[in-house]
Amino acid sequence: MKTDFSIQVATVNGSGSQSSNQILVRALFRSGVPVGAKNLFPSNIAGLPTWFTIRVSDQGFTARTDNPEIVVAMNPQTLGEDLKSVRRNGLFIYNSEMKVDAAAVEDHPVKTIGIPFKDIVSSISDSVRLKKLLINMAYVGVLAELLKIPEETLADSISHQFKGKESVIAPNREAVLAGRAYAREHLKDLDFPYEVNARPQGSAGKILIDGNTSASLGLVFGGCTVVCWYPITPSSSLVEGFSKYAEKYRRTRDGKADFSVVQAEDELASISMVIGAGWAGARAMTATSGPGLSLMAEAAGLAYYAEVPAVIWNVQRVGPSTGLPTRTLQGDLLSAYTLSHGDTRHVVLLPANPKDCFEDGQNAFDLAERLQTLVIVLSDLDLGMNLHMSQEFSYPEKPFDRGKVLDEETLKTHAAFGRYKDADGDGIPYRTLPGTESDAAGYFTRGSGHDEFGNYTESNKVYKSNMDRLARKLETARTLIPAPRIESRGEKVGLIYFGSSSECVPEARFLMEQKGLRTDTLQLRALPLHKEVDNFLKDHERLYVIEQNRDAQLAGILRMEKPEAATKLFSVLEYDGLPLTARHVAGEILTKEGKA
Amino acid sequence: MKEFSRKDYVGSKSTLCTGCGHDSITNHLITSLFKSKINPYKVAKLSGIGCSSKTPNYFLSTSQGFNSLHGRMAPLATGVHLAQEELKIIGISGDGDTASIGLGSFAHLLRRNVPMIYVVENNGVYGLTKGQFSATADEGSTTHRGHVNKVGAIDICSLALEMGATFVARSFSGDAKQLTALFSLALRHKGTAVIDIVSPCITFANHEGSTKSYDAVRTRNKQLQELGFIQPQEEITLEDDGSTLIEVKLHDGSRLWLKKTAEGAHDITDRDAAAALLNETKRQGQLLTGLFYWDAESRGMRPEEPATALCRVDETSRPSRENFRKMLSQFA
Repeated sequence: MKTDFSIQVATVNGSGSQSSNQILVRALFRSGVPVGAKNLFPSNIAGLPTWFTIRVSDQGFTARTDNPEIVVAMNPQTLGEDLKSVRRNGLFIYNSEMKVDAAAVEDHPVKTIGIPFKDIVSSISDSVRLKKLLINMAYVGVLAELLKIPEETLADSISHQFKGKESVIAPNREAVLAGRAYAREHLKDLDFPYEVNARPQGSAGKILIDGNTSASLGLVFGGCTVVCWYPITPSSSLVEGFSKYAEKYRRTRDGKADFSVVQAEDELASISMVIGAGWAGARAMTATSGPGLSLMAEAAGLAYYAEVPAVIWNVQRVGPSTGLPTRTLQGDLLSAYTLSHGDTRHVVLLPANPKDCFEDGQNAFDLAERLQTLVIVLSDLDLGMNLHMSQEFSYPEKPFDRGKVLDEETLKTHAAFGRYKDADGDGIPYRTLPGTESDAAGYFTRGSGHDEFGNYTESNKVYKSNMDRLARKLETARTLIPAPRIESRGEKVGLIYFGSSSECVPEARFLMEQKGLRTDTLQLRALPLHKEVDNFLKDHERLYVIEQNRDAQLAGILRMEKPEAATKLFSVLEYDGLPLTARHVAGEILTKEGKA
Repeated sequence: MKEFSRKDYVGSKSTLCTGCGHDSITNHLITSLFKSKINPYKVAKLSGIGCSSKTPNYFLSTSQGFNSLHGRMAPLATGVHLAQEELKIIGISGDGDTASIGLGSFAHLLRRNVPMIYVVENNGVYGLTKGQFSATADEGSTTHRGHVNKVGAIDICSLALEMGATFVARSFSGDAKQLTALFSLALRHKGTAVIDIVSPCITFANHEGSTKSYDAVRTRNKQLQELGFIQPQEEITLEDDGSTLIEVKLHDGSRLWLKKTAEGAHDITDRDAAAALLNETKRQGQLLTGLFYWDAESRGMRPEEPATALCRVDETSRPSRENFRKMLSQFA
């Protein structure tokens, strides 16, 4: 019996399958087996096809695979396609109440099982609407029975899913039981090769969470006080999460809100509000995605040049333009790094998992305030919206770093405060906040040319020396940003990757090792490039840069900033909008290494 | 608190053209700020981009200022207000900044009623790019090169009334009395106080074809009411003949007075009447100035959430370990 398989459920968007799928994933998680889930959904409210994939592997591989062992087909529109996606000798479970060309189904080298799901749940409720939803629980019941997931684990997951909506728990449990009963009665002779070997301690110290929720919690615990945003997929749930948890946990003793969330009229406004609030001392951020990031470009340059702390959380989706709004890509790396005209360069954080998202909730502000600049956090749809099994977060012990801010008292000892003076030689000046009650505090902030005191100037020398100081500040940033995660055993081949591409890397390395290719790894956590990147580049003969975009954006940055390594860099790319698979990565590298 | 002198309210030397209406406005603003005893440390001067947006550098050099992006003064101000509610925000914008590139932001600022003075120094042209029409240029008016404007003008005050603004006024850069009264009242208003000020551009729009030249404004100006403002410290008793003078007492002991003109009295709490008056005078080719609408009960953007300074972030901002555990347990 194998605990290494993936399930793909094909349904119609808006049919209510989302909660059923999440219940199944949570039950698997609570059984203690490593599990990953991807929701491949359309940009649509209801009616278009949607797929949900679940990966289970006792080796800990949770990335998507592109030919699942088990397919549950509930959508007549995609039946043919779904049939083709099943792995050879896999299992194809379909709703037999759909109009199906039986001959076509039987013609494939897969085991096909037709199940009358509607009929299974027909006696549970008289409500047509509820019955439609319960059909989804019936397939959960069938799968749970086949996989031998204990009933109490499933019941707990149902209660978890419908917390606060107690009245729907009973019918959902009944539907699951009906599905189980059907499987016991009709599928008992099925030679089903997969099983969940429950490991009671397997999920200890772990949580099941998506990156956007993790980020929202990170912001709640990271001291964020102002969020200004404009709704855009796939970032909306991040701000909605912040609102929800801040309402609960961010109240002062007298019950007043210690935060504010403003839904702006557009992204031009949301980033401008963030800059205004950051200038006046708040920890302010916005969340957006590609099109919104493009609209924020002008303001990004202002935050950089006027040196105002600000945070943009960009949950990447597929571009260019409107692109595929509900699909994933790492296509904004270059534009985020250099967002705006002129010589601009931003600190970019690259979270790879929910724990990173949580920790970057504070890191982003500590860096933005320490460096007095814009920090862009680059998540993506896969990381942000899909459920991931994550290490439990730790309570943040790090005090908030508010950076170099002078108040009435400290101004007294800072002779001749100059807002843009490099007093410490690290490129980072001191700032004062509006409202400071001192004649020495006042200065004028502007996006136009300015001298060390903030006065307007068009002097060529002053302009250039200020730009050089900003470059120095970025050098300082290299020492403050999160260091890359490096695993080095002295191999000749190195892998470089970031963000959600990380999930499939352990599995890809496993596949490559089976073919005799051992690799070292560097997971990049931020831009600009941390000092530790240099040695990794130097120490390897061939470096494969794995990323999810067409134009090899990270490889481009590496070539631009580390030209000495340019000829050693090779790209492994995927940009079809679906989460990266290990097989693709391993296949490309093995081919290039002549080991395929 | 430090005793401030008038000198604390002035700023750097203006770099605008000699005779620019904007400089007069700056002077009247300085007078009102000084007389109203506004604490310069607690002022944030904000602007967008344009000739008008340079002026925050020309007053209150002890205050902090932010000359931001074209059209983005409104959201910038919203953010500043969120961080520090106690700051008095003085925003100086222009007709290009407000009625063209920043029109959307302006409209939404009014919906939110962000407490600030929102001044539009309105001359109908783009000065820094040398004389193109702005969106407030009247249909049929010409540029200094003789091009005729073929599209209609946006009326800042009509728009503000429609958007629910809680304080709407129009004035003229040359009218010291009306302007200082309006500024003094606006400094005490809890909400967005829109003051659209026709401020002739001496270089590009002070010619015969312009409807915003000094001559055109003087000819077309029709005052809705005579306005005056008496500071708390001023011991002035108004001669009231009982029929033409209305005196409004404010919470800090200051007084606004309005005297009706020959045209009759306007009720400044009647938004619809104000809108109708604006439309009527526009049809007659007149430029109506005065206080059109004022909601004395306005309470600003966050009336239910009284000041918690969101610029304060310290260890108390972080939820407890107990809540952290509670929160995490939801994902197990």
